[in-house]
Amino acid sequence: MTNLTHLERLEAESIHILREVVAEAERPVMLYSVGKDSAVMLHLARKAFYPSPPPFPLLHVDTTWKFRDMYALRDRMARESGMELLVYQNPEAQERGINPFDHGPLHTDMWKTEGLKQALDLYGFDAAFGGARRDEEKSRAKERIFSFRTASHGWDPKNQRPELWNLYNAKKAKGESIRVFPISNWTELDIWQYIHLNDIPIVPLYFSAKRPTVERDGMLLMVDDDRFPLKPGEVPVERSIRFRTLGCYPLTGAVESEAATLPEVIQEMLLTTTSERQGRVIDKDGGDASMEKKKQEGYF
Amino acid sequence: MTDPIYKTDALIAEDINAYLETHQHKSLLRFITCGSVDDGKSTLIGRLLYDSKMIFEDQLAALEADSKRVGTQGQEIDFALLVDGLAAEREQGITIDVAYRFFATEKRKFIVADTPGHEQYTRNMVTGASTADLAVILIDARKGVLTQTRRHSYLAHLIGIRNIVLAVNKMDLVDYSQKVFDDIVADYTAFAQSIGITSFVPMPISGFKGDNITANSENTPWYTGKPLIEHLETVELDNTADQAKPFRLPVQWVNRPNLDFRGFSGLISTGSVKPGDAIRVLPSGKTSTVSRIVTLDGDLDEAVAGQSVTICLADEIDCSRGDVIATADNPPEAANQFETTIVWMDDEALHVGRSYWLKLGTQMVSATIQQPKYTVNVNTMEHLAAKTLDLNAIGVAEMATDKPLVFEPYADNRALGGFILIDKITNRTVGAGMLHFSLRRAQNVHWQAVDITREMHAGMKNQKPAVLWFTGLSGSGKSTIANLVEKKLHRMNRHSFLLDGDNVRHGLNKDLGFTEADRIENIRRVGEVAKLMTDAGLIVITAFISPFRAERDMVRAMIPEDEFIEIFIDTPLAEAEARDVKGLYKKARSGQLKNFTGIDSPYEAPDSPEVRIDTTKMTPEQAAELIVERLIG
Repeated sequence: MTNLTHLERLEAESIHILREVVAEAERPVMLYSVGKDSAVMLHLARKAFYPSPPPFPLLHVDTTWKFRDMYALRDRMARESGMELLVYQNPEAQERGINPFDHGPLHTDMWKTEGLKQALDLYGFDAAFGGARRDEEKSRAKERIFSFRTASHGWDPKNQRPELWNLYNAKKAKGESIRVFPISNWTELDIWQYIHLNDIPIVPLYFSAKRPTVERDGMLLMVDDDRFPLKPGEVPVERSIRFRTLGCYPLTGAVESEAATLPEVIQEMLLTTTSERQGRVIDKDGGDASMEKKKQEGYF
Repeated sequence: MTDPIYKTDALIAEDINAYLETHQHKSLLRFITCGSVDDGKSTLIGRLLYDSKMIFEDQLAALEADSKRVGTQGQEIDFALLVDGLAAEREQGITIDVAYRFFATEKRKFIVADTPGHEQYTRNMVTGASTADLAVILIDARKGVLTQTRRHSYLAHLIGIRNIVLAVNKMDLVDYSQKVFDDIVADYTAFAQSIGITSFVPMPISGFKGDNITANSENTPWYTGKPLIEHLETVELDNTADQAKPFRLPVQWVNRPNLDFRGFSGLISTGSVKPGDAIRVLPSGKTSTVSRIVTLDGDLDEAVAGQSVTICLADEIDCSRGDVIATADNPPEAANQFETTIVWMDDEALHVGRSYWLKLGTQMVSATIQQPKYTVNVNTMEHLAAKTLDLNAIGVAEMATDKPLVFEPYADNRALGGFILIDKITNRTVGAGMLHFSLRRAQNVHWQAVDITREMHAGMKNQKPAVLWFTGLSGSGKSTIANLVEKKLHRMNRHSFLLDGDNVRHGLNKDLGFTEADRIENIRRVGEVAKLMTDAGLIVITAFISPFRAERDMVRAMIPEDEFIEIFIDTPLAEAEARDVKGLYKKARSGQLKNFTGIDSPYEAPDSPEVRIDTTKMTPEQAAELIVERLIG
């Protein structure tokens, strides 16, 4: 008798999901955001289809405002996995110069939500893998693993398809699509543990180092390039920081930390007292139910 | 206060590597909690998350604020607010869908399916229960065994959950009375036995106060069993039991990176496999041996139930998605007729006789359901007669599939006995079911190979067989045009046969009326007859209203793709009614005739028929000419 560990069970479930989509969808794609969850999802895809490379491309919906380290890792992982990398930047957002400093919530809406919809429509993808987890946020806890979207990418939380056993319904009409979340049942700790056990490459920003920062509205922001508009008298300060989640650098709060290795990062996570999305501005605009509302509009 | 059962802060702080080593070896238990609105289910889950420190300070601060604003516990923390996720239900103060929660102790990681208690949401509970090893059935100590308790227990048992915990909650509100507890347990025991639940574990708890959750409570010195968490940590997992069963691997995907490698990928549902094992591929029955178990991290010596693997075989044998690789000397059977229990999950009721997609493991076939033998009243367990299955109905019915299914009884193997039904038009998941056994008649009827093939029949007649399927409203002109078409074909020395709606109802289908189920059966029979006639080499012309798209598509699927020609006789209702050749519209309008298409029964026009005839723009003669041209070319 072999007692499978919880990570082995989670891995088997995720691989099963990845293969079901490839078997049943016409044009799958993997949404790759370069964060730790994406890193695990990509690794699982490589395991699922080995010795073939994963039979779908990676899609990065870019906002042009990610950390530089993220772009570097993205390009490296695409090379190493043997997968095609598609990078999409919403041309309208580019033309209007939409940025997180001047445009607030519009930045996320145009670059991410609209950009994603445009990219999916452009390439005609009918199934998109995403690295969301149910433990992240309350509306995610109720979303199916195969999450059906209308032709206009809308999500109807009241009218989700029942999902029984490990039988996923991938049937859909032309124009409709499915968002698939293979790591739905993983927790933040599972992710870190799995990265540790499998030696999965992640962006160095997750580890502590001296980085130039400024403090704004109680958040520590990293000055990652010279597009960061400093206020009069504001001078970047070198602090020992790291990030628990990664997004657009002007919207992602750092934590002061000395954790420079994976075990130290996990240790800090276990002893910490705030949730990981707390450093993200995105969950807060729109109040209590903002993520649910964003998802209905087509956000991942 | 930190409870020692949960994460050990000291170990994390002092020796993170030792902690990680421990954590790495945890097992996984999935369970569901079921209870009525006020049984304190959300509070219990909130408590488990809170005690296991899965709630962070920022979430706690939000929770405290919410508790004061909309909570129902006065100034105390309302744990229920933690788990009631969606905005709509927070406003209503109820949980309306399945939500999944996660927490861990030193020994196990837990995934909790939080399922609702309302009757209209039976489907959600069945959904949550389908992946669970264990069910926690909550009872309010002040109320005892209620209708909902029976319903939840029945559903948990139906879905095959072997481990049931009867959590008698809110013990703090009955002064931790042993008598109250004992009476409830006695009540429940009587009921449980009546539905076949042979064992369950009762415990007195308070989710709100925390009694008997992580440690035995001083308030219930008379309770000698384990606290809830300890029970959850030690109960045997279904996955362990599954490993002792015969090997089954439903093939998901064939991995073929180059000509030298062919691997079969899937999740092992039961048993274990080693290189060198003799296997059989179902349904073909071909045998081979396992040569390798391939993973990114190197080949494996053994793989067991619950693992996703890729295996290679020693011989080049046919095997594709939907096949099942099984141990050679004890394979599952294949059949196409079954007795099943079905839980209906859609607002639109089951159409008896209609063809649905059925997904079982990695197999996808077409299935039709017979009229249920009975449905079960989930509150009283009574068996009731029924013509169909409505939303949340549970019924026992016979089912037929268009291709043999490799299966095992659900009680032996959830992965090869559980299935979902998908509507072919809306693509919604409309039902879930469990196979119990195959019907013998299917196994004893085999296809008899014949020496004179359909090609030879057609060849002698010097023609290509076809079905000209006319559809349209009553009085649209189907029979008139179909007649003209046949006359033309006859003059051209083509062998044809016209099946007319009215004529067939005088003989073959005289036992059928005009209810929806009968209309579906009417078309199914005509489709089968048309198919036999094309096998004999004939050009078959059918003139039936055939109002439902699903049935026309069912017939289309029976017949080779290029031999089915759907002809839509498109006459507006007003026009057909004005003609009213047989006086039927008049009767229907006056209520003398029920279920009349176009009046009180729907007509679903074809989306893309091969031929569309607009009778307001052409004569029957012109229409017939057009159709013959389309056929002969």
